[in-house]
Amino acid sequence: MTAQVMNRRSLLGLGASLGISVNFFGSQAFAASEGDLAKKKLVVVICRGGMDGLSVSPPVGDANYTALRGSIAMQRDQVRMLDETFGLHPALKTVHALAQQGQARIAPAIASPDRARSHFEAQDVLETGASGVYGAETGWLNRTLEALAPVRKVEGLSVGTTAPLILRGKVQAASWSPGKGVDETARLPTLLQDLYRNDPMLGPAFARGLETETMAQQAMTALSATPAMNVAAASTPNMVQPASMSPTMANDRQNRAGSEAARKLGSTLGGFMTQAGGPQIAAISLDGFDTHAGQLGQIATRLTYMDAVLDGLHSGLGAEWKNTVVIAVTEFGRTARVNGTGGTDHGTASTGLILGGALKKGGIVGDWPGLAQNALFENRDTAPTLDMRGLFKGVLADHIGVDRAVLESKVFPDSAAAKPVTGLV
Amino acid sequence: MSKIACQRKGEPDLSLPSKDMMAAIAVTRFGLGARPGEIDAAKSDPQGFLTAQIRREGADIPQDGGESASVRFEQMRDYQQQRRMERQQKDGEDKTAANAPKDKVMAFKDAQRDLREKVGADFLARAQLGASTPASFRERWALFWANHFTVSATKQITSVLIGPFEREAIRPYVFNSFENLLTASSTHPAMLTYLDQAQSIGPNSRAAVYVGRRRNGKAGLNENLAREILELHTVGVDAGYTQNDVTEFARALTGFSVGRDNEDRAGQFMFRDNAHEPGARTILARRYGQGDIKQGLAVLKDLSADPRTARHVCGKIARHFVSDTPPKSLTERLEKRWMDTGGDLAAVAKALVESPEAWDPTPTKFKTPYEYTLSTWRLIGAQPSAIERLAPILTGLGQKPFSPPSPKGWAEDAQTWASPDGLIKRMQWAQGFAAAVADRTDPNDLAKQALGERLTPPVAKAVSRAETRREAFALLVMSPEFQRR
Repeated sequence: MTAQVMNRRSLLGLGASLGISVNFFGSQAFAASEGDLAKKKLVVVICRGGMDGLSVSPPVGDANYTALRGSIAMQRDQVRMLDETFGLHPALKTVHALAQQGQARIAPAIASPDRARSHFEAQDVLETGASGVYGAETGWLNRTLEALAPVRKVEGLSVGTTAPLILRGKVQAASWSPGKGVDETARLPTLLQDLYRNDPMLGPAFARGLETETMAQQAMTALSATPAMNVAAASTPNMVQPASMSPTMANDRQNRAGSEAARKLGSTLGGFMTQAGGPQIAAISLDGFDTHAGQLGQIATRLTYMDAVLDGLHSGLGAEWKNTVVIAVTEFGRTARVNGTGGTDHGTASTGLILGGALKKGGIVGDWPGLAQNALFENRDTAPTLDMRGLFKGVLADHIGVDRAVLESKVFPDSAAAKPVTGLV
Repeated sequence: MSKIACQRKGEPDLSLPSKDMMAAIAVTRFGLGARPGEIDAAKSDPQGFLTAQIRREGADIPQDGGESASVRFEQMRDYQQQRRMERQQKDGEDKTAANAPKDKVMAFKDAQRDLREKVGADFLARAQLGASTPASFRERWALFWANHFTVSATKQITSVLIGPFEREAIRPYVFNSFENLLTASSTHPAMLTYLDQAQSIGPNSRAAVYVGRRRNGKAGLNENLAREILELHTVGVDAGYTQNDVTEFARALTGFSVGRDNEDRAGQFMFRDNAHEPGARTILARRYGQGDIKQGLAVLKDLSADPRTARHVCGKIARHFVSDTPPKSLTERLEKRWMDTGGDLAAVAKALVESPEAWDPTPTKFKTPYEYTLSTWRLIGAQPSAIERLAPILTGLGQKPFSPPSPKGWAEDAQTWASPDGLIKRMQWAQGFAAAVADRTDPNDLAKQALGERLTPPVAKAVSRAETRREAFALLVMSPEFQRR
């Protein structure tokens, strides 16, 4: 397998080993009636594991930063500077280039309303959009589709073998991941549809899977016709995935292959979103941000992959980038102080990234509380100044055109205290 | 269904279905799916068929190479050292061209391949045990605990220790006391490396003072294991503990470590007295006096006896075996047996088998990819033969071998696995599998062997009307009844 011709199955293999899965849904079925709004695109990147905000956007201009961070502190000349206070991690090359054009901004002290410092509880809250754990059983992106349904028909689609909470709910979300395709001459799909007819769970899920597979075949064919994508549409039947048992047994070559796979995943997603009838709203998950020990190398790898996904997305969307907003968030940040093992433990606020051609120029989003001892949350974490639901609400209202009252009552109930962040687009 | 019920509204139905139905449930819901003839064998006494599989000495041990965690740990250390040397040579090559000793580079490559193959062999041996064992309730019980105490190959050093972890710390204790299981897990090198405990040092310990002088203070606490023991292994996230409880517990656990190459206990659990944080600790409102290893062990003991642990873990058992939303009466029954017996897991397993709620004929659990593929091999009386084939299958279905994405382990609910893409991937696999094995089978008989009394007329009809044996086989294993348990 060369980097030039990477077939879809090998893409899946690498994607899986990177802990990357893509979920996207929402189609532009009623595009004509909705005009410009039907072109607007939203991508949510969920960085799982608790991404360290002080590594994503090191506040090298903050007087307390270096002392708190100790052995993992970065110097001004190591980072890509954004303003007098903040830089970006050196791995975030694409993000920095976009920021230079006013198409990327940081929210340096953003958090969900959850304060338990539990991955699983905090991810639940991030994905349900509720004010606390067990506050809702459906995902806020799914409720967005539900809220839009009376205005324009949107259908759900997720890429990845498992269904993430953020898109679970009343709207049947489809899902898809690169694979070998469905043999349309076989009778089996039809027979199974018949067998699942009275099954409320398997029936709709299977039907949606088949539809999506058909659509995916078209999208992949279109992508392969674009030379810049370098994604081959047809899978090679005798191409066997390497049975890599330990993804972390990576050497530099594998890391490069990892970035390349991440970039292709991003560009594939971008390609999907530019298809007629393609998804308008997408979610990608990136794993591996739980850096309790030996953080420097680990986070550099993860941020390299994230930057590659964003780079791919940017190029895959092409001219549609101007209609796009991308939000990258994590369930919580990490301790401001380095811990005893060259890493950081579970914390509170982190950095969110907001990117896209639809974005207005501007500085940081939300306030920076600073890292003075009395400014830290519980004397350990970056203090939250922005509830991420406010960011989500602002983007859904201003960019996607979701009715504000519906946002407050259906998509993010109990979020009155989290004022929508306006003026981003 | 042949079921005589006298049920009041709103209460779970506590009558038991017919013996034939119970035999099918015993083998498919409690076990890993029927091997040929297995449902028939369970018919005379379905509950006895299961309780006979409970045994004090623990679960079966997979037939792998049998290397201990300490041997593996040292092999990994050697590999890492060789890798470092190779890197240094590479740096040297830039300056001094082609005089790097090639044999050293080869040694690094060989070691890497060897280790990867060992992890693969561990996984294959476990899958073969699951596919072939006549005591598959016992195996499922072990798999439940392995997932409860998740360690994952997403961390390099841990990957080679997972096989040994299950063999040494999980399987021997799954019908023992919960305290012994928790202690074995919390002191095994796999867990200590996976959750970063091995390097955690008390900030005021002798080791910290020493390191502080030599390396500018880069030594201290890591709270990862302490937090996950509370949140995932014992009392659960809603137990009401605070950040201070987590930090205090992390301090109590300092010293729980793994021996280094030059130490007597290389690659084994080792308590580092000089890394232990001095002083008394308060955790969940209990005070633990100044102490060495006994301090951390005392906390584990108290956590094991805590009723919140019984509630959290029994809820998980009920969700794993019976339903994503189990009846309250079932979890209470399990909790009571747990508390009455001081967390005797054999007694809890027996209570599960004896609970009428667990025998509801309507199957609601959706098989995970591992359970699903194993049950298909069991159906034809076969087992997977090569990791090179097994690993891509499970990865494609969303469950990469030994690689759960987080310490929470694999999800077990239908919402996660019955996704549109999940079903398409299963169908594609079922077609391929059918093409390889179905021509030698009698599909109608296979349907009866697979589901017994659970076989419904629509599935029987679809199988009997299929055009080819392959189509019949794929329909059977893709049927709602076969994918659920």
